[in-house]
Amino acid sequence: MTARLGGTRLLAGLAALAIALFIASALIGQVALPIGSGIADVWHGRPSPAALILFQLRLPRALLGLLVGMTLGLAGAVMQGLLRNPLAEPGVLGVSAMAAFGAVVAFYTGLSLRFALALPIGGVIGAFVAVAALAGLAGRRGSIFVLLLAGAAINSLAGALTALALNLSPNPYAAFEILFWLMGSLVDRSFEHVELAAPLMAVGWVLMLSGGGALDALTLGEETARSLGFALERVRFRLILGTAFAVGAAVAVSGAIGFVGLVVPHLLRPLVGHEPRRLLVPSALGGGCLVLAADIAVRWLRTGPELRLGVLTALIGAPFFLLLVLRLRRESV
Amino acid sequence: MQLVANDIGIRLGGRAVLDGVNIAVEGGELVGLIGPNGAGKTSLLRALAHLAPPATGRVLCDGRPLDEFPPIERARRTAYLAQGAEVHWPLTVEKLVALGRLPHRGSWGGESETDTAAIARAMQATDVGRFRGRTIATLSGGERMRVMLARALAVEAPILLADEPVAALDPYHQLQVMTVLKSTAGRGTAVVAVLHDLSLATRFCDRLVLLHGGRVLAVGRPAEVLGDENLRTAYAVGFARGRRDEQEFLVAWNSLQPQDIGR
Repeated sequence: MTARLGGTRLLAGLAALAIALFIASALIGQVALPIGSGIADVWHGRPSPAALILFQLRLPRALLGLLVGMTLGLAGAVMQGLLRNPLAEPGVLGVSAMAAFGAVVAFYTGLSLRFALALPIGGVIGAFVAVAALAGLAGRRGSIFVLLLAGAAINSLAGALTALALNLSPNPYAAFEILFWLMGSLVDRSFEHVELAAPLMAVGWVLMLSGGGALDALTLGEETARSLGFALERVRFRLILGTAFAVGAAVAVSGAIGFVGLVVPHLLRPLVGHEPRRLLVPSALGGGCLVLAADIAVRWLRTGPELRLGVLTALIGAPFFLLLVLRLRRESV
Repeated sequence: MQLVANDIGIRLGGRAVLDGVNIAVEGGELVGLIGPNGAGKTSLLRALAHLAPPATGRVLCDGRPLDEFPPIERARRTAYLAQGAEVHWPLTVEKLVALGRLPHRGSWGGESETDTAAIARAMQATDVGRFRGRTIATLSGGERMRVMLARALAVEAPILLADEPVAALDPYHQLQVMTVLKSTAGRGTAVVAVLHDLSLATRFCDRLVLLHGGRVLAVGRPAEVLGDENLRTAYAVGFARGRRDEQEFLVAWNSLQPQDIGR
């Protein structure tokens, strides 16, 4: 009967949680905000300090947290379904890191100054290269180990390229910038970032969600999926493109935030009866919840200089990842 | 419903796997695809399912070339049961069988009453209803195969193509699966099954296609196809024969040397 939970009740619960965390994220920060008057001021266009903080700092940060989290959760569920592997995830397999590299190139060549969209597009191209390489290397019959090794290689290559690009740029803060891109954060984001990334993310979401039926069919292997009427080459391309669009745009405005796409689908999968398609929307909502909650936590923990969001998700996610590897090893013995 | 393959040729790595193969299957008959390893049985079945488009020739479904159908229309007409039982997520048996309805549901649609009824029929025909709530990992090999067969039956396609549906099954489950295939054909479906057990083939199939070296060596009623000479040529094996309940059975007895076969 757990599968029944996967229906409307699960979706409603996750959506309610996401809304609550979104509101909490907008309320929490370094200064206590007179929230009522702040909202009233925003509504009437009065430029009071409360309205400015709410509108220019808190809301974009909360909104990006939700959108980036939804993207990462959904992309994790899609990559796991496509590669039929519970360890697939944009952060672990280097997709986010390649997206970060793409964004860095767009940013430090000055391309994004000439036209702003270059930044997320750079991210999309980077992510596309990474997912396509993964699908090519380990997508068809590749074992878990081939996939993880390919991901590790892409991850370190992308990290090295990012460091190289930043070192070559005339930039006194290179070390700090490297950290920003590889350990993402939502600090000091504005509505400009939302406007840049949201449309591309939305395109990615639609592409990913449209492949749900094929992900279900792939449960039975490629041959049978084909016999069920799915043109796999086209579906695979659509899913790769969708992942690239959403993850690339997300990373271009937040840096790489790891492990969200690993943890969330894994926790929710039993609640939807392990069905790949029914996992998609809950994973998106759950990803939004996790990133919002983590972003609240880094502000609330007061660690002196604010803990980076990507650091926190890695601290939670990496041990989780190891546990999963251990369990898979036990099953395969 | 009629499935016709004309002059099918398939090459893999420079070697002709199939060469000039013609077969026709009508609704209501169970056709066994037999022959030694490497004779091209699976390749032919995959060509019939449009999973491996042939280099030469074409497959016609009711007179219309398969490649002219949109993928979804093709999928509604031909159900394909792959070798083995590849399953990647611990879905329940019921959900696995329901995957057979995907060609009827599309990417966004839910399960209609027609779908539910088809799933129930498929589970009943294969007698897997008892473990509808269990996952495949908890089932025995015979039970798994029946679940996969139910998945293929749930498509309710007029053509069912099954690749070695009784391989790796014990005798009880072999008979059970063959009986299901036979009764599926009895309901008007054209069933083609790749088989290795010639006794099962001769008892259950209406017609047999004997492949040898990528060509059709013989085709027709089991008694016509399974003559000593054909078997010697195809298998290089001498068979012992017997009768039980007016039906013939064959047992592989001794392997033959080239001079015995007369080549």
